[in-house]
Amino acid sequence: MKSIAILRIAFWALGRNKMRSLLTMLGIIIGVSAVIALVSIGQGAQALIEDQMEAMGTNVMYVWPQDTRGSGGARGNSDEQGTLTAADINAIRNEVPVVAAATPIVNANGQLIFGNRNTYARVQGTNEQFPEIRDWEIGQGAFFTAEDVESAARVLVVGQTVVDDVFEGIDPIGQTVRLRNLPFRIVGVLASRGQSGVGQDQDNTVLTPYTTAQKKLLGQALPRINQGMMKAISQEATPIAEGLTISLLRQRHNIVPGQDADDFSIGNLSEVADAAQETTMIMTLLLGSIAAISLIVGGIGIMNIMLVSVTERTREIGIRMAVGSRPGYIRLQFLAESIMLSMAGGLIGVLFGGVSSVLISEFFAMSTVVSTTSVLVSFGFAAAVGVFFGYYPAHKAAGLDPIDALRYE
Amino acid sequence: MIGAMLDRAATGAKGPRELLDEPVIRLDHVHKTYYMGDIGVHALRGVSVNVRQGEFVAIMGPSGSGKSTMMNIIGCLDSASKGTYLIDGLDVSTTSRAELADIRNQKVGFVFQSFNLVSRTSALENVELPMIYAGVGAKERRMRAEAALEIVNLSDKLKNMPNQLSGGQQQRVAIARALVNNPAIILADEPTGALDSRTSVELMDVFQKLNKERNMTIILVTHEPDIAEFAKRVLLFGDGKIRKDYPVANQRSASEKLKSMPVIDDDEEDDDE
Repeated sequence: MKSIAILRIAFWALGRNKMRSLLTMLGIIIGVSAVIALVSIGQGAQALIEDQMEAMGTNVMYVWPQDTRGSGGARGNSDEQGTLTAADINAIRNEVPVVAAATPIVNANGQLIFGNRNTYARVQGTNEQFPEIRDWEIGQGAFFTAEDVESAARVLVVGQTVVDDVFEGIDPIGQTVRLRNLPFRIVGVLASRGQSGVGQDQDNTVLTPYTTAQKKLLGQALPRINQGMMKAISQEATPIAEGLTISLLRQRHNIVPGQDADDFSIGNLSEVADAAQETTMIMTLLLGSIAAISLIVGGIGIMNIMLVSVTERTREIGIRMAVGSRPGYIRLQFLAESIMLSMAGGLIGVLFGGVSSVLISEFFAMSTVVSTTSVLVSFGFAAAVGVFFGYYPAHKAAGLDPIDALRYE
Repeated sequence: MIGAMLDRAATGAKGPRELLDEPVIRLDHVHKTYYMGDIGVHALRGVSVNVRQGEFVAIMGPSGSGKSTMMNIIGCLDSASKGTYLIDGLDVSTTSRAELADIRNQKVGFVFQSFNLVSRTSALENVELPMIYAGVGAKERRMRAEAALEIVNLSDKLKNMPNQLSGGQQQRVAIARALVNNPAIILADEPTGALDSRTSVELMDVFQKLNKERNMTIILVTHEPDIAEFAKRVLLFGDGKIRKDYPVANQRSASEKLKSMPVIDDDEEDDDE
């Protein structure tokens, strides 16, 4: 009974000064919507990275040659040292049980010409396991086979961007193109993947057997690879696969641990993902705390107005006390007003914040995620601000002496 | 015109004092000292007085005589520095602020010189106010408030805001508010101070009727001798003490007096008997 009466009186009191109540709420509205909008940007970035990593697979590992210092201290280019070979990768593929698939990667970019159109293609030599490792489906045709790799066949699998650039509506399967002035046959088109997390067009790619890249495109005397890419059987198995790969490569390269430096490096995407996550999380926290400061400023606004209100309504407080309101009841009533202000502001702020995060993602091509946590936390924080900053004025009202309050002009 | 409120007031639950013939108000050597820095101001210096059910007492005296302090103590807005005070048989000499609030709510109905209605709040809601703090349900609250406003002849002004009422009407709303919780006493502090002479007499008529018809105990603080003549007993204060305590020889009837007064152009109607 009394609690309903308290809320009604608070509502009535706030309604008496609509403009003032609205302006007071504005501080909270801006604070809450800022928290929600800014955190949604941070969490959007985080979600994007997560998706990206999911797509790339967190059980994918990379190994690449590491330049080592020779006894004379001369430092060579790691790519040209040829320390990492296709044989190494094949050994990993065959001998490490928890590795599901592995491919050497050989970079062989070059001009790709079809008819009177051409493009500078990002060409990578791989083996037939590339689609399995990257979880990449074939949109059209088929991926090249182990036989193609064996025979260093002049075949290409292209990404969607290359198809759009060069073929212009012509079915690319079976067409012959020239790459570095050699004729190649298109056997497949990769399914479209869109942009990567760092804004790189993943579909702008051309794949060919690594043997073809080594022998025909690059004409290497000493066959070498730029990196190896492996996939562990599961995410949990990735560290084991990594350990086994390291020992296998050391054995193959005659490296004594603790004595010689490794001539290769190994890493996986989950490490990259962790680092990226941490960065965006710090960003989210930073944005969130800046916004939280504005919430506190809004709270001070509430306190200010409540103090004015207590002074203005001194006589009313006196009357209420004279007719039998306990001081505690007066305190509750003023607290109810400040909490009502902050909660109403919080609610409107949640609405505004949600709308602005949608608008941000629409107009600035940023992905934003409004999470339940950010809504609950910012709304809860707003309510807490109402209690915290409303308490002092309410306490002041409750402490008034009824005789003085009744005489107050 | 006599509603449910009336019966409640007439037969409503009273404290044990009625059975024992206890006075409604009993002050025994009450002192009140205010401190302003180190200097003590003795506002009351040993006041002893009893007021019984159905009395109509006027407290008079020059300013600074202690009558306001007396009123604050009787009204439980303040407590005595020394001595005992019993209201309706209840000793309130040493009571907490919260308990004093409850006692004011249940035992005292205030009527102030400056009306002290909550602004921008209808007459009805103003009268409901004490019942909100008493925890009375919304339905009963409204019913009792309407009955109380009927007693003071304001049934047609339930929805009016204080600024839409004349001074006399506002004071009658205040009276309705004072009696709505069926208190032991109605305590009026210079209730006619802000009213013209005719409206003052009309108001005294309301008090006299409450006193006569419902046996309400009324304590009135005033400095106007002709207002005090409407009461039955006068307490004259001076220097923090009761100088004189005497019954009014011929209590004047406000309704008689009204007949001899010219009707001023006012939308108020007085109660014709």
